[in-house]
Amino acid sequence: MNPVNYLYLAALLFTIGATGVLIRRNAIVVFMCIELMLNACNLALVAFSRMHGNLDGQIIAFFTMVVAAAEVVVGLAIIVSLFRSRHSASVDDASLMKL
Amino acid sequence: MSATAVHSLWTTAAEVEPIGSIPAPHIEYAQLAPVLIVVGAALVGILVEAFVPRRARYHTQLFLTVVALAAAFAAVVGLAAGGYATTKAQIAAMGAIAVDGPALFLQGTILLASVVAVFTFAERRLDPAGDGGRVDSFAAMAAAVPGSDQEKAAVKAGFTTTEVFPISLFAVAGMLVFPAANDLLTLFIALEVFSLPLYLLCALARRKRLLSQEAAVKYFLLGAFSSAFMLFGIALLYGYAGSVSYARIAEVVDGSVRTIDPALADTMGNDALLLVGGALLLMGLLFKVGAVPFHMWTPDVYQGAPTPVTGFMAAATKIAAFGALLRLLYVVLPGLAWDWRPVMWGVAVVTMLGGAIVAITQTDVKRLLAYSSIAHAGFILAGVIAMRPEGISSVLFYLLAYSFVTIGAFAVVTLVRDAGGEATHLSKWAGLGRRSPLVAAVFAVFLLAFAGIPLTSGFTGKFAVFKAAAEGGAGALVVVGVISSAIAAFFYIRVIVLMFFSEPKPEGPTVAVPSPLTMTTIGVGVAVTLVLGVAPQYFLDLAGQAGVFVR
Repeated sequence: MNPVNYLYLAALLFTIGATGVLIRRNAIVVFMCIELMLNACNLALVAFSRMHGNLDGQIIAFFTMVVAAAEVVVGLAIIVSLFRSRHSASVDDASLMKL
Repeated sequence: MSATAVHSLWTTAAEVEPIGSIPAPHIEYAQLAPVLIVVGAALVGILVEAFVPRRARYHTQLFLTVVALAAAFAAVVGLAAGGYATTKAQIAAMGAIAVDGPALFLQGTILLASVVAVFTFAERRLDPAGDGGRVDSFAAMAAAVPGSDQEKAAVKAGFTTTEVFPISLFAVAGMLVFPAANDLLTLFIALEVFSLPLYLLCALARRKRLLSQEAAVKYFLLGAFSSAFMLFGIALLYGYAGSVSYARIAEVVDGSVRTIDPALADTMGNDALLLVGGALLLMGLLFKVGAVPFHMWTPDVYQGAPTPVTGFMAAATKIAAFGALLRLLYVVLPGLAWDWRPVMWGVAVVTMLGGAIVAITQTDVKRLLAYSSIAHAGFILAGVIAMRPEGISSVLFYLLAYSFVTIGAFAVVTLVRDAGGEATHLSKWAGLGRRSPLVAAVFAVFLLAFAGIPLTSGFTGKFAVFKAAAEGGAGALVVVGVISSAIAAFFYIRVIVLMFFSEPKPEGPTVAVPSPLTMTTIGVGVAVTLVLGVAPQYFLDLAGQAGVFVR
């Protein structure tokens, strides 16, 4: 199969993720959409790696997975602490600093 | 190249070379010493948290952190004295890290700024003491719900979050790598290594914890969003050039590449990959810099984060991010300058004007300084787009000058307090000059430096940046810069007038007397501001010598 099709799929997934970040209101769901964007990046990297016949892209994909895992640790810690003090994970409710 | 050919290439390669004969990478440990020292100290700091008794942790951590930062700075100076900034500039760690003038200058600046910022982290005389001794401005127990019994018990016991020292060391390590990164993978990893600790530090305020947690969530979600865009940009640039190395991408972009295989010939012809990839990558960096279309996080995060962290973040993140931006534009994408210059032009104009104009309406000191930092990002961008050696050195000098002013200003903000903690609303600062002339005078010096009044570092920096921009053919940009400096001067002067020429309120805030730690921070800030304003030549020469990137 032509690897370019995987790039279209990656772009589609990335767009879905970015749209989700912009329209969803629950911090956890927003965060999941960001993870979807990172995975779309991974797919693009692996597809390009296949096209160019070198391994750089696949290695970056592994690094991205580790970064995504670290981000989950930090992100969930922050979101859970917000949820425990407000009983809500809605990003609209977090508006104490709005003028 | 067809898919089967690629497949057979990999499998035969694996058969020919047995596992044992993979060549080990050659790492120049001495040239990476600044980063390694900081990472090592951060790891030791985590062990300290695990094994040292609670009452000894604070002093151990503070000692370890300051010694590590000082040792790393000594290593940077040693490398620079050894000629790595000029004649021996080279690319280390198998092409991952550049050891050259801009990298060493920015690493030195980041380390110095971090030392004085860590002093404000360690300040323990501002908050009232608990039963367990004096406390700093970080949460007693970050995991406890604000206002819960658990938190009250932790506050009563006088717990402190000494983890902030190793966390900030990790952030510093990432910042040291970020402006020196010489391939896109290192760039991305360094970005995450310094961002993730900063998200955590934002959530750790002792007072006003709801604001602090809100700031952390906003910073985290938007930061992760922007780094996802940046990663997609990296993927597209990798697809375009078939490599993540800066030198290789630069060759492919300007067409001087020699060996072209069929796959590269195929993707090289596709300008969409290059343009979209470059734009997404720039977007990620402009987000970290706080330039205007991507600045929305700045005011909220600067206001909500603990003030010492805000000062650290505002100074060190900006240095690291501008370093990476400079290297990207001057080393990787100079072949694309006709495309990115108009875009950066527009970004610089809206950043300068937007930051300065919105700052006029602010009523909170920390938000005011946040918008002022946005305007300053615009001034620095004016130097970035000069595309001349003077552009690089003026940006380096500006970052040095700006970082100390910023850390000093936020350190002064921590001193003005009322019963609820820091009194950041501007109305409470009225008449501060009558009650505490020294603190108000010091803050006035910082504000004048922000405004770019002569005899302060701000003037020298702005002059260097605008001069470089004008010589680089961006005269109109300089006009916009001067106009927005004038607008910005208005609200800085307004704060000075408020402090010195209005009557103090009866129930106004008090000015806490800090320990020598914060005094050192503020003193160093004032000293650097005045020295760089009155006798800047040595430092201008230093930045001028350091202003050449290695390729």
